[in-house]
Amino acid sequence: MKTIKSPMAGSVWKIVATVGQEIDYGDTILILESMKMEIPVEADSAGRIVKFLVAEGDVVDDGVVLAELA
Amino acid sequence: MTNVYDKLDKKQAWAKAGGRNSPRAAKWLEGRMFVRDRIQALLDGEPEFEDGLLAGSEKDVPADAVVTVIGSVLGRKVAIIANDFTTKAGTWGYQTFLKITRFQELALQLKIPLIYLVDSAGARIDEQKQCFLGRRAWGNIWFNQVKISGAIPQICVLFGPSPAGAAYIPGLCETVIMVDKQATAYLGSPRMVHMAIGEEISEEDLGGARMHCAVSGLGDILVKSDAEAIEVTKRYLAFMPQSYLERPAVVADTGKASPPDLREVIPVNEKLPFDMKIVIDAIADDDSVLEHKALFAKEIVTSFVRIGGMGVGVVANNSKFKGGVLFNDSSDKAARFIWLCNAFSIPLLFLQDISGYMIGSSAEKAGIIRHGAKLLSAVCEATVPRITVLVRKAYGGGYLGMAGAPTQPDAMLALPTAMPALVGPETAINAIHFNHIQALPEAERAAFVAKKREEYAEDIDVFTAAADPFAVEAVVHPNELRKELIQRFRAYSLKTPVVYEKRNPIHPV
Repeated sequence: MKTIKSPMAGSVWKIVATVGQEIDYGDTILILESMKMEIPVEADSAGRIVKFLVAEGDVVDDGVVLAELA
Repeated sequence: MTNVYDKLDKKQAWAKAGGRNSPRAAKWLEGRMFVRDRIQALLDGEPEFEDGLLAGSEKDVPADAVVTVIGSVLGRKVAIIANDFTTKAGTWGYQTFLKITRFQELALQLKIPLIYLVDSAGARIDEQKQCFLGRRAWGNIWFNQVKISGAIPQICVLFGPSPAGAAYIPGLCETVIMVDKQATAYLGSPRMVHMAIGEEISEEDLGGARMHCAVSGLGDILVKSDAEAIEVTKRYLAFMPQSYLERPAVVADTGKASPPDLREVIPVNEKLPFDMKIVIDAIADDDSVLEHKALFAKEIVTSFVRIGGMGVGVVANNSKFKGGVLFNDSSDKAARFIWLCNAFSIPLLFLQDISGYMIGSSAEKAGIIRHGAKLLSAVCEATVPRITVLVRKAYGGGYLGMAGAPTQPDAMLALPTAMPALVGPETAINAIHFNHIQALPEAERAAFVAKKREEYAEDIDVFTAAADPFAVEAVVHPNELRKELIQRFRAYSLKTPVVYEKRNPIHPV
């Protein structure tokens, strides 16, 4: 199972992709808010989003799995 | 009686052929260059001379698997130490080590760059008795590297393996160019890792070029082929002087054909990320950018560029990745780049868009203060011409780590989008008015905070900073920045570097 992990600690501001969506390398799946910045989180491989493991507003640490890809 | 002249010809030809004619070498050479072809491609012509060609011939190992030559690259003399993988897998024996250390000493005496073309399976176990323990032993190679560091450029081009102790050759060079899917470096091989700790891992995942360039930070420039490695080495060398005693050559200004309108590139809204590499491209001479550690800690960019023909090292926050925040790796990356530029008289340009060093328990446990202090220390020690540009945010400790005014740059410039402050508006209002906000009825809080933030943002704009004569030397239109930098770097290059007299500072690591 491929996963997309949080690049840094912060909170999930906005989820921009949807479950079932086919995404490509480099597509933004959600935006974190951290250090007063918007941090777009991009897919590091292509695939279909199976599920998100976080919701908007969740606080996440560095390396936490945000979404699973198939 | 043997004709000595025939003997010489025969022995030289045999030594020069290395192991290239063996059946195994033919397959290995598919997609790779033979050691002497690599040297030939790097040099302007033939090597000017070679030492130790006949070393190892008594034990039937051509040149003892290493080629040491002096030659010229783009008209400048360099010393080359190159492993021959077709001979005993490029391993080190006794003569190999003598040849390598002799050439290190020679390069230092001549004050010319030393280039290691590495492709070696490491130490030769059957020669360890002579080579491992004594005062004259393999370890002298690293002893010499440390002695040489900062005096002459030491570049490692990793074409193949460099395992175990040999991995410290790239470890101790200031710049490591690695060929993707060929170069590897690790202390323990996959087999040894499996035996010692039970981990199953491929050679590529354990110590491949891509891993080192993107994750460990050992590699600086990832290339696709032997030929590209050599081209990049030449481009890199052009930014370097022959030694710390000289300044790098200034070339003709190739100009800037069609710069983008930087007003369209830099968002005024400080929360929005943008790609700082566009700004770097806009101020650099056309086709002059050579990025160092492009795949590692991307939140900070370190690049050699030419500005008006002068080589400059750029250190820039890139909010496109991790908000441009400074982490351990980004601090290390920038610190080492600054040490490199300062050692070889390469002026420095800092482009600030920094909301700070990373905070939080993970960052603190990982030692963000130690790593942050390393960057501060490198910045404060740098005596080369140094200009800092406030592009956008410039908050807190990040402002200092990125060469803020108190670290004594030659010039502090600001774009009109700059926002220098101890903290940004959100944090500031929460801190200053915390009790007042808490006392307000719930319904009135948001409006109060928004109003105060706006006032604060106005107060920390760059025009306020410029009114203080010590905060910035000039506020510059982004589209005029390149011209301003050319003129200032030309002027500041006239200064004599300050040298502090002491043995060594105690660097934070």
